[in-house]
Amino acid sequence: MGGSIVAIGMGLAAIGAGIGVGMIGGKALEAIARQPEAIGDIRANMILTAALVEGAALIAIILAYLVA
Amino acid sequence: MIKRYLTFFAIIVTCGLRLVSQAVDHQHDSPTYAQHEHNEHDGHDHSGHNHDGHDHSGHAHTAPANAQPHAASHDDHAEFDAKATAFHHISDLNVYNIGPWNLPLPCILYASGQGLSFFSSSKFGIDNAHHGSGHYAIDRYVLNEGKVMRIIEPTFPMGKVEIDGFATQETEVDGKKKYIDLVNYQGVPLPLEKSSTADGGIFGGGITGFYDLSISKNVFAMLLVIGLMSLVFISMARHYKRAPGTAPKGAQKLFEPIILFLQDEVAKPFLGEKYARFMPLLLAIFFFILGLNLFGQIPFLGAANVTGNLAVTMVLAILVFIVVNLNGNWHYWQHILWMPGIPAAVKIFVLTPVEILGVIIKPVTLMLRLFANITAGHMVITIFIGLIFIFGKSGESPGAAYGASIGSVLLTLFMMAIELLVAFIQAYVFTLLTASYIGAATEEHHHGHEEASH
Repeated sequence: MGGSIVAIGMGLAAIGAGIGVGMIGGKALEAIARQPEAIGDIRANMILTAALVEGAALIAIILAYLVA
Repeated sequence: MIKRYLTFFAIIVTCGLRLVSQAVDHQHDSPTYAQHEHNEHDGHDHSGHNHDGHDHSGHAHTAPANAQPHAASHDDHAEFDAKATAFHHISDLNVYNIGPWNLPLPCILYASGQGLSFFSSSKFGIDNAHHGSGHYAIDRYVLNEGKVMRIIEPTFPMGKVEIDGFATQETEVDGKKKYIDLVNYQGVPLPLEKSSTADGGIFGGGITGFYDLSISKNVFAMLLVIGLMSLVFISMARHYKRAPGTAPKGAQKLFEPIILFLQDEVAKPFLGEKYARFMPLLLAIFFFILGLNLFGQIPFLGAANVTGNLAVTMVLAILVFIVVNLNGNWHYWQHILWMPGIPAAVKIFVLTPVEILGVIIKPVTLMLRLFANITAGHMVITIFIGLIFIFGKSGESPGAAYGASIGSVLLTLFMMAIELLVAFIQAYVFTLLTASYIGAATEEHHHGHEEASH
């Protein structure tokens, strides 16, 4: 039973990170379309922010795994 | 071009299938082994949940040493335990395992009342067929699945003593299952102390009654990577000194752009003019993390999970914490302890506690982010490979195992490609956040800018 609740928690963490990374990617593409000359800066910042968001989700998933 | 890719994939899938077929063959054998051992060793099967895989009957040594089946090392009645396998593969060990072989490493162990013990883990008589468990107890220490544990029983003889094997006992405490490792000695199961780790026992072990200061697998990998990096960087530095201003050669061609990128994109924007003071720290952190991330991803080379070890990332984070707070200027501390322009009550009850928490949380998130990313990568790869055993039901249905292995190999390849990216990104993120924390702590006070931002 504890395992299934943890699975829901892991799913929620994944949903949150998915929304976050999706928004980052979408906005970055919009920005690149508007200013193609700034592609280098935008790409670096996009990857960085995505890594930060993903880090939060991974922390949640690891903690869920350990609690299970 | 496409043809070349297809050939590449075909080779990879064939290799995967061969590995699986060997594993499945072995799996087929293990139930019969288990049967045998059960009959022979019925005498000391007290624990009910016996690790048959660890019983040392004579023919256990003749088991083929290729493609270790992970399921067999746990117990042969239950299905493949993906979680236990994943945890075993990401935890630190006292042997260095390359493929099926367990190479001995020096053990430095200390327990109060017994003093320091220093010996090679080959003295345990490592059994390659069973995940590196030892045949002997030395000064009450035993090697259980590559990890040094200690026999609690104070009457157990010191020195080299032959033991029969290991077992696990399952108990329930407050509705949670707890496993106690046991060692069988002369037909009597004796409880073991868990292995000694500094990460608070997340992957088994914890702060126990003895101290394991050994050159473990992680320490060995760390020393190896530090040695390699020192060789490369010292020879590079020598070339820069000897012939300044000349075109880069050899390893310089690879590292110069990375160092310049870190200097121009990370250090200068965050640290301003003081960047040169912190460049050594930032570069050391970046290349240490990157080197260990990449080293941990080489398959069949132990896959030492160093940056996915909480103790290692904790030390890195503490380093950053010390550097940030030692370099914090008056404004940094003023903004933490007594933010100007805000009512005193708000400061005492809300702002200052939150800011002090923030000082601690910053390095904690650094520590957890690196740890979680690398650990998750290693775990996911192990579980993808474990899919073969889950589908194959530990050797019962080899057909399903062959089918799953195709998907598993492709998924693992995909995951390893992602992990390669993550290795660079995490090293970069750690360095960048370190630079930004140091930058925030050492920032000069601009009054106009500050009014606008608060």
